[in-house]
Amino acid sequence: MNLEIREFAVKNIAFGDETRYIDHELTLNREEITRVIKKDMRVSKVEIDLARPGESVRILPVKDVIEPRTKNEQAAFPGILGEFEGIGEGITYALKNCAVVTTGPIVGFQEGIIDMSGPLTDYTPFAHLNNIVIQIEKQAGIEPHEHEEVVRLAGVTAAEFIARCVRETEGYTKKIISWKSAYELASEYPELPKVVYVYNCMSQGLLHDTYYFGKDSKKMLPTLVSPLAVYDGAIVSGNCVSPGSKTTTYHHQNNAIIEECFKRHGEEICFIGIVLTPLMITLEEKIRNKEITAGLVELIGADGVVQSQEGFGNPTTDLMMICEALEKKGIKTVIITNEDAGVDGKSESLPDGTLLADAVVTTGNSNAMIQLPPMKKVIGDLKSIERTTGGFVGSVQSDGSLLIEVHGIMGSHNLQGYSKLSAVTV
Amino acid sequence: MKRIVIYTNQFFGQVGGEEQANIPPLFKEGAVGTANLFRQALKDAELTRTIICGDNYFSENVSKASEEIMIMIKEAKPDIVIAGPAFNAGRFGMACGEICSRVEKEMNIPAVTAIYEENPAVEIYKSDVTIVKSGKSAASMKKTVEAMTGIVKKIMEGTELEKPESVLIPKGIRVNVFKEKTGAVRALDMLVAKLNDEPYESEVPIPSYDVIEAAPPILKVEEACIALVTSGGIVPNGNPNHLPAATAKFYSRYNISGINALRKGDYESVHAGYDPVYGNDDPNRIVPLDIMREMENNGRIGKLYPYFLSTTGNSTSVADAKRMGKEMAMELNNNGVDGVILTST
Repeated sequence: MNLEIREFAVKNIAFGDETRYIDHELTLNREEITRVIKKDMRVSKVEIDLARPGESVRILPVKDVIEPRTKNEQAAFPGILGEFEGIGEGITYALKNCAVVTTGPIVGFQEGIIDMSGPLTDYTPFAHLNNIVIQIEKQAGIEPHEHEEVVRLAGVTAAEFIARCVRETEGYTKKIISWKSAYELASEYPELPKVVYVYNCMSQGLLHDTYYFGKDSKKMLPTLVSPLAVYDGAIVSGNCVSPGSKTTTYHHQNNAIIEECFKRHGEEICFIGIVLTPLMITLEEKIRNKEITAGLVELIGADGVVQSQEGFGNPTTDLMMICEALEKKGIKTVIITNEDAGVDGKSESLPDGTLLADAVVTTGNSNAMIQLPPMKKVIGDLKSIERTTGGFVGSVQSDGSLLIEVHGIMGSHNLQGYSKLSAVTV
Repeated sequence: MKRIVIYTNQFFGQVGGEEQANIPPLFKEGAVGTANLFRQALKDAELTRTIICGDNYFSENVSKASEEIMIMIKEAKPDIVIAGPAFNAGRFGMACGEICSRVEKEMNIPAVTAIYEENPAVEIYKSDVTIVKSGKSAASMKKTVEAMTGIVKKIMEGTELEKPESVLIPKGIRVNVFKEKTGAVRALDMLVAKLNDEPYESEVPIPSYDVIEAAPPILKVEEACIALVTSGGIVPNGNPNHLPAATAKFYSRYNISGINALRKGDYESVHAGYDPVYGNDDPNRIVPLDIMREMENNGRIGKLYPYFLSTTGNSTSVADAKRMGKEMAMELNNNGVDGVILTST
């Protein structure tokens, strides 16, 4: 199985008469994109802005970030935009250094903030992208759950539509990603330890959901997935969990752990598979999924596992239970989590734990406070910070600066380890 | 030139041995005794005063002694205070910890001490005080003073301390840092090491949790006063107390006397960790006032406490949760509540 990804490095974005890509510059026809989004009758208003790295721009409340990608006949994002067939094979077009950012009136409470300059650029990877920011308003009478769907579909639709303009274009970097059965992979590198990635995704109910091939992940059992399907938009974020620990669609498309497993494949490890596991609410479901996940990992013959999380608190229990089950089977496990150590950093930082979790990577203390200087331009609604995770009434200071906790920042402590933020004890 | 004040005991201040342990605080201008070691090492600073107190005097009169010492310190108008090193001396360690802690809190200037890791003072003061690791006894004096002056120099120069600083006893505070490698790269590094039985260091110590013993059952529930408490973030519509959507550090109480059920539209959920639609549609799903009122009217419980307590249990640190729990328990205990229905989300 081979997937060819054609990567187009976007160096600038601008509005223009047609949506096109020439010499690393992406031009966008604002009206055309608006029309495409407004095909969904539930959308009442669309406004499109551009936010480039280094600009004095603040975007909030951000719901999702999506890398523009498409395929040839098949739309990317199977089950949401297109049919199911043809995913993970053929050619995929990806606009790099570029993203569609969805915003608008708040859906849940857990949309976040992106600044394009200033101290936040150390915390959010999205400050370094050329962002096409889409503010979406819904028709009156649309309930929150449907509102989430409207914004999710608008983002994915726009991202896929924009990427189409490079289908006939040259000047890309070609990446061929190959994948084989676990048996073949293990036979190729019999001397290397076999590694499986346990890919947890938020599945706690409406506004806290992920979609796999368009299916609501809380309705599925843990399952084996192909990394090639992940690259092709098989996993789409549909949630409003804390912005800092939310796995955006962009994070799924550019999963840092999958990237790293491929880099080491054939050298230090033999990467043989991924188990996608929904993070559920009830104890019964947690226990069921833990058993199935650990069973699948064992079944395909892993020696080691790297496990990522999404969200924090309740999902930490899933993370720890799965870790314990794997370690008891003799499968060596590393987990990635963030911490809630309190604003002063003095609290116990994990809400759950097992003594068998002896290899933990942390993506930082999400309770730590940060002060952000005012930005010249705000896309969205500054006051919404008071109602979102990481913010509070009083977050907006008199000089326009913001005082927030780190987990209000989009992607600040992504639990797939996409970023460099971490924490230490002093 | 930065001004430094040294605090030490009767022995290192060259007043005398154990027989002088009862002397009250006194000060001498300039450096006396071990303070001279700091004077030599910190040539860019002025050692203005050495304050000496007997070990017994301090430990027998902690608040009086420390008050007297604080006055002497404040008079000297220091920029930095150095206490000790105390090594494994129990009384002296406590004095150094207490003085440094008060200096930082009351004067808002840095204070540095050095104490042996197993000295009981470490456990008490480590989270507030900058403590340099020292050996058990004065045999490690030279090395300890070097380490202390290294830290003091950094503070004087305004150089940021390393995270962590290897010569310091950790305060147990988690601080954010940016690593050179992403979390994913570090995770794979760690996994490869673990698979190859090579050494690696976990980035988070696994905490050990308190075991909470359940309260004994209420024998006569039909006579009991029951309170409703929730971490589900239910508040009167409009959120009058500004309960945050996550990491709440306080709880609110809302009067429910004379109310038979929480009416839709009068109450809402501000909790950012779950879908509030169903809770907003019927707030009794989260604070079951309707059922409890019915049980009260039927005599199945004695009475309902006239307030419900509410906070948002979302990304709350364990420390904040414990504190709020204690505060709630105290309020309920003081008001004759026998039992609580605690709803989470």
